[in-house]
Amino acid sequence: MLGRTLREVSAALKQGQITPTELCQKCLSLIKKTKFLNAYITVSEEVALKQAEESEKRYKKGRSLGDLDGIPIAVKDNFSTSGIETTCASNMLKGYVPPYNATVVQKLLDQGAVLMGKTNLDEFAMGSGSTDGAFGPVKNPWSYSKQYREKRKQKPHGEKEDSDWLITGGSSGGSAAAVAAFTCFAALGSDTGGSTRNPAAHCGVVGFKPSYGLVSRHGLIPLVNSMDVPGILTRCVDDAAIVLGMLAGHDPKDSTTIQDPVKPFTLPTLTDVSKLCIGIPKEYLAPELSGEVRSFWSKAANLFESEGAKVIEVSLPHTSYSIVCYHVLCTSEVASNMARFDGLEYVLGDKEEEPLRTVSQNVNIGQKCHRCDINVSTEAMYAATRREGFNDVVRGRILAGNFFLLKENYENYFIKAQKVRRLIANDFVKVFNSGVDVLLTPTTLRGAAPYLEFIKEDNRTRSAEDDIFTQAVNMAGLPAVSVPVALSNLGLPIGLQFIGRAFCDQQLLKIAKWFEKQVQFPVIQLQELMDDGSSISEIEKLASVSLKH
Amino acid sequence: VLNRRCVEAAVMTGLALNCRINKKSLFDRKHYFYADLPAGYQITQQRLPIAVNGSLAYSVCVGKKPSRVITKTVRIKQIQLEQDSGKSLHDELRSQTLIDLNRAGVGLLEVVLEPDMSCGEEAATAVRELQLILQALGTSRANMAEGQLRVDANVSVHHPGEPLGVRTEVKNLNSAKFLAKAIDSEIERQIHELENGREILNETRSFDYKLGCTMPMRDKEGKQDYRFMPEPNLPPLLLYDTESLPPGADPQQVINIDWIRERLPELPSETRERLIQQYGILPEHSFALLNEVGLLEFFQNVIKETRAEPKKVTSWVLNIFLGFLKQQNLAVNESPVTPSALAELLNLLDRKAISSTAAKQVFEELWRSEGKTPSQIVSEKQLELMQDQEALERACHTVMEGHPQVVMDVKRGNPRAINKLIGLVRKATLSRADPTAIKEILERKLSP
Repeated sequence: MLGRTLREVSAALKQGQITPTELCQKCLSLIKKTKFLNAYITVSEEVALKQAEESEKRYKKGRSLGDLDGIPIAVKDNFSTSGIETTCASNMLKGYVPPYNATVVQKLLDQGAVLMGKTNLDEFAMGSGSTDGAFGPVKNPWSYSKQYREKRKQKPHGEKEDSDWLITGGSSGGSAAAVAAFTCFAALGSDTGGSTRNPAAHCGVVGFKPSYGLVSRHGLIPLVNSMDVPGILTRCVDDAAIVLGMLAGHDPKDSTTIQDPVKPFTLPTLTDVSKLCIGIPKEYLAPELSGEVRSFWSKAANLFESEGAKVIEVSLPHTSYSIVCYHVLCTSEVASNMARFDGLEYVLGDKEEEPLRTVSQNVNIGQKCHRCDINVSTEAMYAATRREGFNDVVRGRILAGNFFLLKENYENYFIKAQKVRRLIANDFVKVFNSGVDVLLTPTTLRGAAPYLEFIKEDNRTRSAEDDIFTQAVNMAGLPAVSVPVALSNLGLPIGLQFIGRAFCDQQLLKIAKWFEKQVQFPVIQLQELMDDGSSISEIEKLASVSLKH
Repeated sequence: VLNRRCVEAAVMTGLALNCRINKKSLFDRKHYFYADLPAGYQITQQRLPIAVNGSLAYSVCVGKKPSRVITKTVRIKQIQLEQDSGKSLHDELRSQTLIDLNRAGVGLLEVVLEPDMSCGEEAATAVRELQLILQALGTSRANMAEGQLRVDANVSVHHPGEPLGVRTEVKNLNSAKFLAKAIDSEIERQIHELENGREILNETRSFDYKLGCTMPMRDKEGKQDYRFMPEPNLPPLLLYDTESLPPGADPQQVINIDWIRERLPELPSETRERLIQQYGILPEHSFALLNEVGLLEFFQNVIKETRAEPKKVTSWVLNIFLGFLKQQNLAVNESPVTPSALAELLNLLDRKAISSTAAKQVFEELWRSEGKTPSQIVSEKQLELMQDQEALERACHTVMEGHPQVVMDVKRGNPRAINKLIGLVRKATLSRADPTAIKEILERKLSP
């Protein structure tokens, strides 16, 4: 049951084949079994069971709220959830319990979704590995898959079984792992530079980034306001479309959302791709790209061509500047957004004092209220608290951002980067205007790396490397989706990315759905984790028309 | 999220101050760390504010005579929308600072004036005029003591012909009066410093009410780099006029400058002009009527109910009524005398039912004991003017008979003598005779 698609489970619930409570309990039990993945920071067991109970009542009366009623979902821990701790995987927000729900969370709950918990991430969503959070790294479920293990047996190794576990990618690694390990049917991530698509590719799930402005950011603790979007992680494209239909549309609480409301939609099934034009950006043929990924990319292009689509090479000439440009703009906004975390308002205070939950109270900042033993001044206190509360990555970005925003640097860095950003965005506009429907690119350079290898380089280096195919999309505000394609030689998932026109998210997903059907990506085999060893999916997905070697 | 009413208030204020309303304005973040700034930044409009290049006209009295006023203008550099910070309350006793965050994030309108004013009085007058304008628009009650209007003064001195000197910023001013005092004392201080060979520091000073001068503030240190950055969550603010309004636009979502302009209420300068035209009162009276909260309304209510001439009403309201208020430090809305009561009193006076002296007595009584009408007081105290013409004639006759010497003085052409006679008749009639009527009778009797 847990391996089914959202639509299938929803139907099962309606037909009474399974109850929301049973479904919820199965997921909770699986979460417990997969605790070692460290995908969840908070498991909201009580809340979930209560929600499941209410859902059950509705089903009994025949009054289900829709396709999401009773469906277990997970939410990345940088979305505010009322009454449930929201930490952004940072010490700065440990113990912070928001008094409200992010709009997207509220929408899901209004549809009857059942919240399993808050998933793990890189601290404040900064990173591409989900390794730099205050609650430890997330482990990629594929590390324990039959497919990976079998391939590894071929290699001689003397180490213990678990020391070579793989990263999930990031920063929404917890969400990706939660979905990949069947503990929920959909998860919310966030995507600022690729943080939903990257872990999706590494964990073999679908990672969808909507157009900027389509989905409300209210309640998403901001990283880069002008690039952040809530992301959707699911096991198939159709599921992502269902969730998108519930989330998209104008939010009066977010002035950057489009004005129009959006109705839920059913994704039509594409059968004929002969009218499509697929663009392959030549600048994305990076030298660091692994041969395998390159090969899959090429095969995918050929697949489209063989089915009648037009596949052409296009150029996005400013691609090489996008990483640098992104770093300037990202760190600047981060420096600004992090300024509010002074350790007073969101809890990090003296343990003896009552933790402060809301901002609009009289606050005594007398010289005794702080956790560090510095009695000098507010500034010294802020500096000390912020040093304690933030990790290196966050502090590094804040310092860089403040540097770029200094009066003497603003023109040369920030303004310049904004100009370059426009050039990058225009590259995409030109390409789409020339008749291209979607772009097809890799999502990542290679499959998921082992943790021990990943941490050999620092966060900034890794981010710069790993974001290469994904972050120009955030700069341009376009929709994009990573679809798992096939397994690598090591038995690990590889994903490819489709980039669409602004606000043509439906069309993008339509094409992705067609592609997904063609490639028939294998189901992860985590047999030892399932109840009674039952298989995860009724249908054994054998390679028929696949891209495996 | 932008508050619509704030934007409307900004546009109204901009129009009232003759500004150009920018159809596109932008929002920025101004970063600095302070306990009363919870987000670590303030949203403001540094690059492109909502209104620019306006003017504020105000009238200063020249010399001692209140009737000689000249109009001065101070240019408005810009009006910008921004967020308020919280409030810091310093508790010296326990050496701690309390922070009240309730007002943090509330919308503010900042009006920036150019350095066109040259003394405390000019500034205070300009500020008072601004208060009246804001009150008339309804965009603010502009009460300085309650912090509804906060004024910071930037003061510098220079020799004529030379560029502007280094300025200091003076804060913590909670009335127009103290604003004037602070500015004047700061001007004095700066001149004194410069004349003694010292320099003026570009610093922030606070006004010490007890000492009557400015003192440096400890909190602000040196020049801050605010690291301005465009506010990413607020798209550019676009305003329209009737010409540029997109067809089919949702009125809830757009603001039409022309629409607002058409609905601007009467501004103080217009009101004053209207009062002069409508009631024939003098400019300085027109000013005075607007200078006190509620006074104009009171005046207009009295006018409505009385037949007395506006000039009379003005005189009574501005001299006697206002005098009583000030003596007891009351606001207009705390007056024990209602407009109706005053109107009735003036009617009695107008009908010559009582003399003006009597009227003043009645007024005093009205002030002291509420609930009694002027008519009641008049009959209680028997203040009615003598209506009996014959009795008055007899009284005059009696007085004339009794003071032949004075009568001779009058006949000999002494202009003051007749007043003596009038005074005697008044006394004889217990002040119940109208002096004008007495005079008229006496003159008639005395004419050959």
